[in-house]
Amino acid sequence: MTLTRDEMARVVARDIPDGSYVNLGIGQPTTVAAHLTPERGIVLHTENGMLGMGPPPASADLADPDLINAGKQPVTELPGAAYFHHADSFAMMRGGHLDVCVLGAFQVSAAGDLANWHTGEPGAIPAVGGAMDLAIGAKQVYVMMTLFTREGEPKLVPSCTYPLTGLACVSRVYTEHAVFHVTPHGVVVAETFGTTIDELRDRLAVL
Amino acid sequence: MSVLVCGAAEAVAAVRDGDTVLVGGFGLAGMPFALIDALIDHGAGELTVVSNNAGNGDTGLAALLAAGRVRKVICSFPRQSDSYVFDGLYRAGRIDLEVVPQGTLAERMRAAGAGIGAFYCPTGVGTPLAAGKETRRIDGRDYVLEYPIRGDVALIRAHVGDRAGNLVYRKTARNFGPVMATAAALTVAEVGRVVEPGGLDPEAVVTPGIYVNRLVEVAA
Repeated sequence: MTLTRDEMARVVARDIPDGSYVNLGIGQPTTVAAHLTPERGIVLHTENGMLGMGPPPASADLADPDLINAGKQPVTELPGAAYFHHADSFAMMRGGHLDVCVLGAFQVSAAGDLANWHTGEPGAIPAVGGAMDLAIGAKQVYVMMTLFTREGEPKLVPSCTYPLTGLACVSRVYTEHAVFHVTPHGVVVAETFGTTIDELRDRLAVL
Repeated sequence: MSVLVCGAAEAVAAVRDGDTVLVGGFGLAGMPFALIDALIDHGAGELTVVSNNAGNGDTGLAALLAAGRVRKVICSFPRQSDSYVFDGLYRAGRIDLEVVPQGTLAERMRAAGAGIGAFYCPTGVGTPLAAGKETRRIDGRDYVLEYPIRGDVALIRAHVGDRAGNLVYRKTARNFGPVMATAAALTVAEVGRVVEPGGLDPEAVVTPGIYVNRLVEVAA
């Protein structure tokens, strides 16, 4: 069986090394947090200035407008949390201090190029946020995405056709069909879900 | 000690047409609502606004945009579900947009405040946002040359300020405030409470008063 979104989040969470400093991108990557247990010692970073970010508050009336994540949703602080300003927050990212970030993507290339900020369509308002900083900053970038578009086109491609976010920055790609590792020798299938490497080869030019 | 504790109208009276205004906040957290309202009443126009977002809903920065006072926005993330005021102006061709990666936006202001002439940054290499910019390979890695962003005025929100201008912030509402405070010729801080010197723990001060020119007390 292919994985559900929740199962994909669980697989990503499983693969994050214990004790890592991790940034989870906006959207689906945020759901990975629900699968990280406290005893693993993983510390979440949010680029709007916090380490030690906790889950959303138990109820809406406990939400604090001064305590939000990068998606501008209310969150909580865990014991050991720290706050810092934006230049520090991105210095720790750009400076290679974060172990892992998990991002969504429109496309990933065989060389690990990432396209996830702009469709490039005429009239689309460009908005990059912290995507480019995260892409080149974390020691490892895990991408979480569906393997194909709604039209059935692969999103893991020989080279990206969408505007790029970063060059050669993606280390792993988590999809509902398989986990891929981007290596100096090309894309390698690490794990499959309800499919085979031969079936994937039929549909992906990168294998 | 040249910090003036005053009302919002007086604090923004020096803003002139065409100024570059740094506006703190990430979404609504840390947004200096009272100072923006005062700036709207003040009437200065043709402004360049530097802020992470381009307004949310109808208040704060969105209200300043709706009032037609802003010529250009420099920001990282203008497109949000409730950024309809900016969307309308942009699609009507009535506002210019410069999109800057969020960390580069912060660092360009940090550079301005720290006297750095320009810096080589790895963010954006090989992407459309680096098009036309000088690049350089240093120790095997490629970098883009980025220039400082200076403000004529910074409008920020902090939690508590003392009469010496020292500021502390609250949780993730800190965001761009400490960086913007250093990067403008005139820094105006809206704070929830003004206390006497000695009322803040010097070890806990985040923005030293040297960066702050005006303090406006506005209860949260």
